[in-house]
Amino acid sequence: MNGARILLESLKRAGAEVIFGYPGGQVLPIFDQLYDFDIKFILTRHEQGAAHAADGYSRATGKVGVCLATSGPGATNLVTGIANAYMDSIPMVAITGQVGTHLIGNDAFQEADVTGITRPITKHNFLVKDVKDLSRTIAEAFYIASSGRPGPVLIDIPVDVQRAETEFIWPEKIRIRSYQPTYSGHPGQIKKAAKLISSAKKPIIYAGGGIITSGAHILLRELAEKIQAPVTMTFMGLGAFPGTHKLSLGMLGMHGTAYANHATMESDLIIAIGARFDDRVTGRLDTFAPYAKVIHIDIDPSSISKNVKVDIPIVGDAKNILGPLINQIKKAPDTSAWLKTIDAWKKKHPLAYKHTGKFIKPQYILEELWDLTKGDAVICTEVGQSQMWACQWYNYLTPRTFISSGGLGTMGFGFPAAIGAKLGRPDKEVFNIAGDGSIQMNIQELATCVANKINVKVLIFNNGFLGMVRQWQELFYKKRYSYTPITSPDFVKLAESYGAIGIRVTKKSEVRKALEKTIKADNTVFVDFRIEPEENVWPMVPAGQAINKMIDGLA
Amino acid sequence: MRHTISVLVENKFGVLARIAGLFSARGYNIASLAVSETMDPTISYMTMVVEVKDEDVLEQIKKQLNKLIDVITVTDFTKREHIDRELVLAKVNYAAKDKDKLEAVFDKFVGKIIHHKEGTAIIEAVGDAQQIKLLLEELSKFGIKELVRTGKLAISN
Repeated sequence: MNGARILLESLKRAGAEVIFGYPGGQVLPIFDQLYDFDIKFILTRHEQGAAHAADGYSRATGKVGVCLATSGPGATNLVTGIANAYMDSIPMVAITGQVGTHLIGNDAFQEADVTGITRPITKHNFLVKDVKDLSRTIAEAFYIASSGRPGPVLIDIPVDVQRAETEFIWPEKIRIRSYQPTYSGHPGQIKKAAKLISSAKKPIIYAGGGIITSGAHILLRELAEKIQAPVTMTFMGLGAFPGTHKLSLGMLGMHGTAYANHATMESDLIIAIGARFDDRVTGRLDTFAPYAKVIHIDIDPSSISKNVKVDIPIVGDAKNILGPLINQIKKAPDTSAWLKTIDAWKKKHPLAYKHTGKFIKPQYILEELWDLTKGDAVICTEVGQSQMWACQWYNYLTPRTFISSGGLGTMGFGFPAAIGAKLGRPDKEVFNIAGDGSIQMNIQELATCVANKINVKVLIFNNGFLGMVRQWQELFYKKRYSYTPITSPDFVKLAESYGAIGIRVTKKSEVRKALEKTIKADNTVFVDFRIEPEENVWPMVPAGQAINKMIDGLA
Repeated sequence: MRHTISVLVENKFGVLARIAGLFSARGYNIASLAVSETMDPTISYMTMVVEVKDEDVLEQIKKQLNKLIDVITVTDFTKREHIDRELVLAKVNYAAKDKDKLEAVFDKFVGKIIHHKEGTAIIEAVGDAQQIKLLLEELSKFGIKELVRTGKLAISN
């Protein structure tokens, strides 16, 4: 069997159902095998689209996403997508062709040092120099990508290795002596944590993406209800706890709810689970949660005490830790006074917006979308204002229903990610909440949608601006709108030219009908919502401030 | 403060780059680094001296090193009994009339002359940080023309 065939057989054995990719000179042997191999292949229109689609597929399903590109520019086009998956701990395997082994290092045509380029943005990477190592490398790559704290793994395969012949042997078991993640929490630490929880008066659960990765959302709910603690979620944690639950505070941080931020700052105990105290969450670090002791449950020891000093660290997988932790809590703390305080904050500082002027308010579109879907949909987003509104104005009820670029903040992520999500969850309606700026960054993937009948519903919040940057310019740069007003094509005609459906909505009264039509449509739809051009995302914590020093322009 | 850390790694190409990349990407400084194979040719041993401003940074460095897939174990010698040594080769000014003076240095300090020709002697010395420091102070009186050192090697005892 040749290397190319071994690659495909191995991918199948490893559980890959779909590959997103783009052909090129140094992957010709692989594409020759793909021609009649029984695996789904989705040809994107740009390698970046392939990487984000694999990422979106993974976020929607929990499985390892796979993308494939040729050497040189094909591989460098994957780079943003790989970095994006790395920042958000998404399991992904990226396969790149490489020039022949005898040419490596010669500045050959379409050569790039891809393992070198991707070293800091992958969990691990491999250059396969001998076809005999290929199947084992693929098995190891899937194992590394999906275990411990997940992440992307890249495999660079020179074209002569793809052509070389050897016997195909699939390793059933993988053991890597230098890589043994910790899964079960230390019982002594769990006991200490349980004791501390019992004695807390103002506990708060700070839930991150690790809950979703671990599949610990049911245990999280059990814990929250048992100890009657409010739950705030990070951006990556949205969906880990039902947004409609009375203990939910929604998201915290820079564009979090005021009550989540106040509760975090006033709490006497933070129970952090699968979250990493990112700077968008903590704001100014030395002012963060001054009264709180911190219990931190995380599978990655390097996340613990990196930013915030932790009192009780517990390294392991949330789903293995929460069960014993819940059992160890003999006496639930009395939080009734605390919950009352929080209710008062909720009443005093609700998320709010005003219908003013003739334009549609973006928040209203999301409220209507919620009303029509009630959480039974996958919401992908681009990056910027539209993304933050999608965090605030839609309730996520279950894990893997909110798919968005967190750590890296990649404009152009949402649309291809939605393609991947739809392939992973064909039973779900998949939306991409986009801005007029972001959507233009990977708009070529319209062709991928139409050619493969992947019905993604794209809601463009069109305000004629790169809105989030404009908001910062308005607030911190004296309204000097430097290169943030942007022009766009006619999105309706553009969608139609690709064979998709285009709808333009300019009035509030048309919003609901347009959404209903969009949901019913058996095609990809672009909806061009003309929204309030200078609407801001409120509340907001200015960069470098304490998170209870929010500003809000609604008064 | 300086700390000595040893790292056992898989002896594969690219491992040194991963470690160097980790340090540069996070802004940590490596004061010295020594790498060699062990008795098991699939494993390499690295001794590094790192310069950090506090214990938290050291802790983070150890965790980040452990996170690399090819790293097998990380040992911090800060609070462990160990022996460390460094090898130094120094080229010093050497005139025939200085012979006795230079040889007298080695009665008190580590090191020996391993090669000389008119005008120059090459000194070899193995010792711990303090011994090397004292030797170099002495040698600088003669004028050190060139100096190469291995960086620290450490082993627990």
